[in-house]
This record gives sequence, C-alpha cells and structure tokens, in this order.
Amino acid sequence: MTAPSRIPAGSPATAPSLATPEHDLSALDGAYLSPARMAAVLGVMAALLVLTAIVAVAYGTVRIDLYRALTQPASSDHAILFSARLPRVLMGVVVGAVLAAVGAALQALVRNPLAEGGILGISGGGAFGAILALTLGYRLGGPVSMVPLCAFAMALLSTLAVYRLAQVNGRLEPFSLLLIGVIFNAFWGALILLVNALVDLYHAHSIIAWLMGSLEAPTYYEVALVAAMGLGGFAVLFLRARDMNLLSLGDDAAADLGVNIEVLRRTIFIATSLMIGAAVSVSGIIGFVGLIVPHILRLALGADHRLLLPASVLGGGALLVAADLIARIVIAPAELPVGVITALCGGPFFIYLLRREERRSLVI
Amino acid sequence: MNDGPASTGPALKARDLSAGYGQRQVLNGVSLEVDAGELLAILGPNGAGKSTLLSLLGGSMRPWRGSVELLGRPIEDFERRALARVLASVRQESGAAFPFTVLEVVLMGRAPHLGPIRFEGTRDLAIARAALERFGLLSLAGRYIQELSGGERRRVFLARALAQEPAVALLDEPTAFLDLKHVSEIFALLKQLRAERRMAVIATFHDLNVAAQYADRILLLKDGVAVGWGAPEEVLTADNLRRVYETEVYVGRNPATGALAVLSAVR
Repeated sequence: MTAPSRIPAGSPATAPSLATPEHDLSALDGAYLSPARMAAVLGVMAALLVLTAIVAVAYGTVRIDLYRALTQPASSDHAILFSARLPRVLMGVVVGAVLAAVGAALQALVRNPLAEGGILGISGGGAFGAILALTLGYRLGGPVSMVPLCAFAMALLSTLAVYRLAQVNGRLEPFSLLLIGVIFNAFWGALILLVNALVDLYHAHSIIAWLMGSLEAPTYYEVALVAAMGLGGFAVLFLRARDMNLLSLGDDAAADLGVNIEVLRRTIFIATSLMIGAAVSVSGIIGFVGLIVPHILRLALGADHRLLLPASVLGGGALLVAADLIARIVIAPAELPVGVITALCGGPFFIYLLRREERRSLVI
Repeated sequence: MNDGPASTGPALKARDLSAGYGQRQVLNGVSLEVDAGELLAILGPNGAGKSTLLSLLGGSMRPWRGSVELLGRPIEDFERRALARVLASVRQESGAAFPFTVLEVVLMGRAPHLGPIRFEGTRDLAIARAALERFGLLSLAGRYIQELSGGERRRVFLARALAQEPAVALLDEPTAFLDLKHVSEIFALLKQLRAERRMAVIATFHDLNVAAQYADRILLLKDGVAVGWGAPEEVLTADNLRRVYETEVYVGRNPATGALAVLSAVR
C-alpha cells in the first residue's frame, strides 16, 4: 500500500478513515446490539413462548390427557385440544404479538413509552369499524374479510386524528396525546354501544367481548387471517427499525442522518393500523399488552428497535397466552374475558409509568 | 448518485442566501464559503439568523433565493442519505427519548453508510471506537445517554457526527454547557481532525473569544445581513462589534495565546 502523496483540498473521499485495524474492539462488548446477542435473546424468548403455549394448551377447566388427545382422533380430549384450546392459544399468540409490536412502534413514533393502541383510542376506532362491518355486513351479506378491513380503516382514521390533534405548535405533547386518547376511547365506546342499541349484534360476539377483549372461540381461518395481516405489518415495521432508533433522537436529528420523517411516520401509521385492525376484529379491545411488553423488554434488553420489535412479538404472544390461561381458569367453570386480566394488571402499571415519566421530566 | 467525485473548490459555498418563515424574512443576501480543513465561525446576537443559516447550509431548509453548493454540487442534488454521508449536523438540543447507550448513539452516525437493514460491521465498530476515544468517552461506552451530564452528552453527539466521517460538519453552539477545559480540548481535537481528515467545520458561537481563538474565518451577522466576513482580525474590530452588539467593546490580544480577545467596555 502506498501512502497518498498529497491530499488535495476539498477531497474528503480520499481522507483517511478514523478506523485503524489494530483497534481492540473488546471494550465495546455488551454496549451495542450484535447479531449474536440478538439471536441468543430471540432464541430464548421463542423457547419461552413455545413453553407457555404448551402449558396453555394442556391446562384448562376440563382436564385432558395430552397423550390420548394426540393419539386417539376419536376421543373427546382430541376434540377439546384441536377445536377449542389450540385455536384459542394460537390466536392468543398472534393477537398478543400484534399488540406488543404495535405498542413498540407507536412508542417509537411518539417518542414516549406511554403510547399504546388501546390507550391512544386506536383500538377503539378499530373495534367500532369491525362492529360496523359485522352488523351492516351481516345484514347485507358481505364477505367476512370486510371486517378486518373496516377495522383497519377506522383504526387508521383514529390514529391520524389523535396524532394531529395532539400536536401543539408542531410539537407532540405527551399529555395532550394521552388526554386525546382517553377522549377517543370514550367516544368510540359510546359509538359501539349506540350501534349495539340500534342493531342486534352479530350473534357470535357479545358486546362485552368487544369492549373488554376476549379470545373466545376463534376459527383457524380467523387465526390465519390475523396472522397474515400481522406478519405483513410486522415485516414493514421491522424494515424501519433502524429509522425508529434514529427517530428517538428527534425529528431534526433523524432527518440529518438521512431519514425521511414523513414517509417513516406514514409507514408506521398504516402498518400499525392494519395490525390493530386485524387484532381487534377478532378479539376486541385488549388493553395494556402493547404498553407493558415493550416497556419491560426495553428495560431488560435495551432500546434498539431491531431487537425490541421481534422480542415484543415473542413476549407479547407469551404474555397474552398466559393472561388468557388465567382468564380461563381463575373463576372456573365460568370464564373471564382476557381483557379483564390485562386491564387489571395493566392499569396500575400504567399509573406507575406515568408517575415515573412525570418525575423524569421534572429532573430534565 | 455516488458521493464523489472530489473537486478542488471550497467544501461548502453559499451564494446570496435569503430565507425566512412565512412572510418574515430572516436572512438577506448572505454569502460564505469554507475550504476543506477550515473552521468557519458564525457570530451574531440572538435572532441574527445563525440557526436559520445553519439549516440552509445543511439542506434541511430551502432558501427563498440563492444557492448552496456542497463539494461543488448543488445541495439539493444530494439524496438524503448521500447527504448524511458527507455532511453531519450537531443540533443544540440533543438527547434520546429511550435508553440508548453512548456507543449505540455514536453508531447511529454510521446509519447513512449502512442503510436501513445492515448490521454494523467491524469497520463501523472501529470507527465508533475511534470517535469515542477521541472525545474521551471510551469508558462511558456502555452508559445510558440519560445518565450523562450535559457536557458529556454534547461530546457524545459530536462523536456521533464524527462517526459519520463527514466532509463538512455543522455545529450549533458546540460550546454550550461545556466547561473551559472541555472547550479547549474539543477545539484542539477539531483542529486535529480538520488537518487529518480535511474536515471543514462551520459552527455558531455565542462566545466571541472562543471563535476568535479557534476560527480561520468569521461571518458576523446582524438582523440577517452579513456585517463582516473574513479573518478574525478583519471582522472582530471594535467598530463592527459595536454595530452588531450595540454595546461598547474593547478588542485586545490574549497575552497567553496571541489570539484576539473581546471584552465589554461598559463601565
């Protein structure tokens, strides 16, 4: 290698790199996200998710013999396992995964750990859209896939409205964001009750299931539909994970690093609305999963969205399946909607987070 | 579009810039240029248009009139990410909404080189490590950015800009929140980087003496108009400063460094 004889003025392309090969990089270990650490964490979490799902399939109000269920297709154990528990657990995995990933993305969007689809009123919009499609579509004989599409449209509308209204002088104010979210929640709840009063709701879903969130009696078709929409939305979000990292430095700083802020925002709006629409159209409003999961994982794993997003998918699935198992057995033989469990645990958690954020903003 | 080719003109050149917000004009006919390796200081009282000028030079705002050329090409010809590979900005307000480590923030400076998907490779890590070391942050690499003092955080964001390996760095008030020791350390370092990497630096300052000591050229702004442009000795005259700051000043020499020293002459 020959050294450059002279560096001409204004030619930074030939400027020497800061990096020299003899640098010892071991001082950096653990301070950043390496692919090896990402694989290890996601592997452990995937194993945890599978374990949770197996436990949730095996236990319930009725005792079943897993061995008999798997080997004797004619047994009642087989019927309970494959027509009741398995689709329900799978739906729990899919919906929990969707809610947690959406929570992580919305938190990145508004740069605040208090954001979540349920709290911001987006799930409420989606639920209203789903109910509209169910009642009208049922009467008009429209296709079933109309339901998540209508939920998506109303969730998107709700997201855009909340986002625009919460801006004060071009800045997103966390507390006006939360207030607007609360108002939207109440508004969509009232509209749902109004529709319910005017039209008999589609018989498979009770109004409580919509408002509280429930995983009761899904079909495999519904599971597949939500999984497909959720996966599509997640793929879009995951490709933007590094941009979400940059966004947490602020709009200007992210733009300085090459991020097209408007396109990034629009992408997050559409992907999260699609995902929430899909989840809500089968399970109603299940709150707080999208709040708790990303928050705990961020504390445990760091803030890098390249890990946080997939980890939220796995953690959200495990958490909702576990919560649903509790909902199924805690007042057996009766069942609670799983949204009751998540709200009972999530409400106090939210207040704790809010207090912490208040203290922190006072310190800074 | 590629990032080259190397040209021999100034690293950054602005001609006749006028700009404003809505109906309100903030800058009127400002021109400047900075060569590779130079430090240009933009001075002026609050509201003189310093930040607006930086936004124009960084391409994040479009002028009403005039043009900005970066490495001999119009700045609007650069695609966003390509621009971030040759031009780095450090804003006044810098922090992160979530608990990123110091190293993670510095590695974000590699993002324009990596695109949306690729993980940081050993070369990126080596660059980040060098940037941390230069700014005395290596021992803080694993600390969360929120745990740092204002001055430390400032150095982290300077290190992030350095990790971009830019041809031109735009620094908005780089000395704010820094104590004297760190101010001189950072400028010694910037001088080294300018010599080594031929990096051009454009910075706004509140402190006239810091600018007088370290800048190669000075642009003095008042009400959006350039009052002075040139070497510190030509621009920082008692006459110019009285006009711009509307107060009596004394301009002498710092006996220790020989640099210009500006003091208030109000009794």
